[in-house]
Amino acid sequence: MQHAIEHNHSKHAADSHDHGHHDQESMKVLGFWIFLVTDCLLFGTLFATYIVLKGHVDGGPTGKELFEIPGFVAETFILLTSSFTSGLAVLAMNKGKVNQLIGWLIVTAVLGASFVGLEINEFVNMVHEGATISTSAFLTAFFTLVGTHGLHVSVGLIWMIGLMVQLKMRGITSVTRRKITVISLYWHFLDVVWIFLFTIVYLMGVM
Amino acid sequence: MYASIKSFASSFFVTGDPLIYGADVSIVLTSIAVLFVLFYFKKWGWLWREWLTTVDHKKIGIMYLFASLLMLFRGGVDALLMRTQLALPNVQFLQADHYNAVFTTHGTIMILFMAMPMMFGLFNMVVPLQIGARDVAYPFLNSVSFWLFFFGAMLFNLSFVIGGSPDAGWLSYPPLSEMSGSPGVGENFYIWGIQISGIGSLATGINFIVTILKMRAPGMKFMKMPMFTWSVFSSSIIIIFAFPILTVTLALLFIDRYMGGHLFTMDGGGFPMMYINLIWMWGHPEVYIVVLPAFGIFSEIVATFSRKRIFGYKSMVFALLSISILSFFTWVHHFFTMGSGADVNVAFAIATMAIGIPTGAKVFNWLFTMFRGRIRLEQPMMWTLAFIPCFVVGGATGVMLAVAPADYQYHNSYFLIAHFHQVLIGGVVFGYLAGIYYWWPKLFGFKLNERLGKYAFWLWNIGFYVCFMPQYALGFMGMTRRVYTYGWDMGWGPLNLVSTIGAFLMGIGFVFQVWQILYSVKYGERDTTGDPWNARTLEWSIPSPPPMYNFAVVPVVDERDSFWEDKERRDFAPAPPVPVSKLESIHMPKNSGVPIIFAACWFIAGFGFVFDWKWMAFSGLAGVGISLLVRSFTYDTDYYVPLEEVIETEKAAGRAV
Amino acid sequence: MKKRSTIRGLLLLITGLLTTVLLSGCDGKFVVFDPQGPVAQTQYKLIILSAILCAIVVIPVLAITVFIVVRYRDKPGNTAPYKPHWDDSKVLEILWWGIPIIIIIILGGYTARDTYALARTPKTAVTDVKPVEIQVTSLDWKWLFQYPDQNIATVNYVHIPAGVQVHFELTSDAPMNSFWIPQLGGQEYTMPGMAMSLWLQADKTGEFYGTGANFSGEEFAHMRFNVVAESQADFNKWVDSVKSSSNALTEAGYEVLATPGKSDEQSFSSYPPELFDSIVKKNGGHHMDMDMDKDNDDKVDTDEEKSDTKGAHDMDNMDDMGDMDMSNMNSSEMNHK
Repeated sequence: MQHAIEHNHSKHAADSHDHGHHDQESMKVLGFWIFLVTDCLLFGTLFATYIVLKGHVDGGPTGKELFEIPGFVAETFILLTSSFTSGLAVLAMNKGKVNQLIGWLIVTAVLGASFVGLEINEFVNMVHEGATISTSAFLTAFFTLVGTHGLHVSVGLIWMIGLMVQLKMRGITSVTRRKITVISLYWHFLDVVWIFLFTIVYLMGVM
Repeated sequence: MYASIKSFASSFFVTGDPLIYGADVSIVLTSIAVLFVLFYFKKWGWLWREWLTTVDHKKIGIMYLFASLLMLFRGGVDALLMRTQLALPNVQFLQADHYNAVFTTHGTIMILFMAMPMMFGLFNMVVPLQIGARDVAYPFLNSVSFWLFFFGAMLFNLSFVIGGSPDAGWLSYPPLSEMSGSPGVGENFYIWGIQISGIGSLATGINFIVTILKMRAPGMKFMKMPMFTWSVFSSSIIIIFAFPILTVTLALLFIDRYMGGHLFTMDGGGFPMMYINLIWMWGHPEVYIVVLPAFGIFSEIVATFSRKRIFGYKSMVFALLSISILSFFTWVHHFFTMGSGADVNVAFAIATMAIGIPTGAKVFNWLFTMFRGRIRLEQPMMWTLAFIPCFVVGGATGVMLAVAPADYQYHNSYFLIAHFHQVLIGGVVFGYLAGIYYWWPKLFGFKLNERLGKYAFWLWNIGFYVCFMPQYALGFMGMTRRVYTYGWDMGWGPLNLVSTIGAFLMGIGFVFQVWQILYSVKYGERDTTGDPWNARTLEWSIPSPPPMYNFAVVPVVDERDSFWEDKERRDFAPAPPVPVSKLESIHMPKNSGVPIIFAACWFIAGFGFVFDWKWMAFSGLAGVGISLLVRSFTYDTDYYVPLEEVIETEKAAGRAV
Repeated sequence: MKKRSTIRGLLLLITGLLTTVLLSGCDGKFVVFDPQGPVAQTQYKLIILSAILCAIVVIPVLAITVFIVVRYRDKPGNTAPYKPHWDDSKVLEILWWGIPIIIIIILGGYTARDTYALARTPKTAVTDVKPVEIQVTSLDWKWLFQYPDQNIATVNYVHIPAGVQVHFELTSDAPMNSFWIPQLGGQEYTMPGMAMSLWLQADKTGEFYGTGANFSGEEFAHMRFNVVAESQADFNKWVDSVKSSSNALTEAGYEVLATPGKSDEQSFSSYPPELFDSIVKKNGGHHMDMDMDKDNDDKVDTDEEKSDTKGAHDMDNMDDMGDMDMSNMNSSEMNHK
């Protein structure tokens, strides 16, 4: 207690401030990881609900009747590719190439948007076939689970567009670098969740 | 036109009950009084700059504290209304639907809008100071959390006068809470009130985990952290694992109610039992979320007021962590009688009993901290000493409840009610009150009056036993919870009357505490040393109340209770002041108005969803999105407190030369 | 000094009140402590056992607390030892981790034994007398009892023969409730769409208090029912009198009965065939059949899930859920056949 951190105030002031900034950014990334843990649990709970209720079709359509293989395979392909391109964006950021970074982010966002588009299309088709959220417990659980993922992707898109503007305005700084790191984590996470959706909801649904 | 306004108003406002008209009048009068004071003294700017936009953990902690005391008042009034109704057989004080609303809001408010914010208040007031940090890891997020809680609580409480209160129990079991059983807006208020504040709680959990992981003073290794910090860490871990389940569960219930889903309905293939599993997977850990910090508080107080090191530190830490893990494997004990099958019941019964083991070990460690110590009976210690027997008995009845076949006789009876009030009041409330008495001088610079505090203490304690011991007996007499009335035939009257008297004694105790606070603002003993209790941890090394940046010089720690050890080494002579040359300018976060606006937008969205006014709901959500973008585009978020200001503050406190 | 005497006065007042009330309160009956059948008896013994085991820990702790607080007060002239640096003891730690562990093991053993014992009807008793079947449905806010063997039905009261096992089959056509006759045994939930089974037995004749225990809406407080245990002969006589002197419960009559509201005691000389099954089925009972068929698939899902999701305990839960469906289903199916 008597000892206190020996800071050579005048000489290293600038250094220590920068250091503080760096710490803050890495702390924010850590916090985001913990957020992802909570989001994982959120999806885990939704998956649990879906699995418990997937047999409860109440005389309505089953997954086998509803899911269209080309549709969800295309969605999977597009989302996986977007995860790859967001990885390329981070590589570009690490090389310090801001335009390349924005370019890959645009590709990622376009892929993400088409994923959301396909999903909306899928939902609309199902509703037209009479399979709505209030048809049966199975369909409520299905729309909730898949819809929550879709909502995550949509929020990510808006966020990504916001970050592109910030990159254009400020270039690559320690702050924007952290922000890109965080959104790419988020994007990969959604990809992993989709793989579970693909397997548990769609593949096992059509089998 | 007039007719349509009239019909809208009669369904929008709750009408027909004198109690509610009384509440309407008092809400309007209080609001007018507050507005008048703010305008008259031109305090708007001050309020906005100093409180509403603050990111200072101490001020946020104080706001949590006062909001939670307000909620304690509301929940307490609910309790007294219930006890009045049950005082004698066939009382006509409350109607069935009103009584059902009152017990629902009592439970929800006490757990989610009283215990949780009081706990977060203590987290905020203490943890950064205790680990030698200048703020939490994410001060902005901290403010967001507070305002989400605040607006969530407001939304929930609004249901008393607008639309109608929820009345399906504090956990809103479907199918009763579905549209088929509760077609009114009450359940929507329940869902959105909790949902909005729940997001805030989750964020607080993340915030304090990172704060404790990353912001500790140099040298403070994990096994050198104060016990309260450990308890906050354990509690936060439970929060991040439990609260997402709550968020999903409430969202699912809302999907059923709002979009005609069939997850938990009776028709359409719904499966109500799924909800009950999910809600208890959050609900059981939740009680450990609120009780672990109380354990931490007791550990600090026992050591301080026994002038002795905490006994069995490692064992205490191990107990905390094992409780936080075990808390996730006991949820089924809330519905042993729902036909889960013998295997499941046995497994969960034993897991539940197992939690008694680390909890019991903690009690022994507290006792042996006092053993061969020197016990001072100041207010914090009195509450701690009241806690021990109360919690031991409450824990024992908990073990009795865990015996699955016997639980078939206790379940849903007043025995259960008595048990959980004993652990929640005797454990959580006594713990938080002890913590408030303990840390009050640190935050406000004066002690709370002892004489009034003792009246409050005895009223609470006597009231508690008078209120709840008869309820154990009523359980054995077959009285089930949540009945709004009962007849003369079962002989429940006398014990209920006693119980009601006890409840009012506790109510008077609370009044004494309010008086105590008001009285002490003026006459309370001032703390000029920063260490009024001769305590052990870092928060007592700085002035009371602490400067905005907490620590002018970041402390370095090399042992447990190093503040105490230093005091001992220099024979309790005052600490020498720090030379000005060691001070420097301090990096601090800037205040922001975004959190309150962000949370207010959630409130608007929630209100819109409650009444299914889509224009309002979606404009609220749009506001939420815009607030987030505004924050994302804000880069000017922090600043340096100039060296001159630091020097001036420290000199004024006599801490620098 | 004056203040102190006020407190003392208050204390006196409370003690006085307590004594009067407790003395006069003795007419209240501790139904849980008055077991009238084997199930309640077993549970009663467990309650006493667990209370004693808990007391083994609680009483010494309370005594130690008082002792320590009295002995180690910070008063001038206190000669008790003061060791501010003594903060660890392996022996003591082992003692207070060990003793509760032993107690929990003992209590856990008894809990497991009795849980399994009460889960199924004891075979020995079944041989001589055929158990009585009663189908129970909780409604808003009343109880419907159907006797499939006698083909009669009652509302808000139930007659059983003493000394004979009674198989209750429980469901709900309203928000869930819980069926509780404390003197005969602990409660069990009535769940919409599920048929749960509970067996009880009254050893002697008598009238017992029965109640709904789980909150189910506005008039829940009035969901009481009277249980009359009588000799087999009286029971048969009662069945005959219900058959001869009451109206039949029709489909339309059931619809009226099921609408929310309180009800007095009622009797019906017959009821629509398969009424109970149709209530279970209509509220989702048939889904359990489906779960059963798909059970193998489900198991595969859950196992895979478990290995790669972080929400492991959610998944555990699901396993349990599957089992639960199964067990309820089995019991209900068994009872049907």
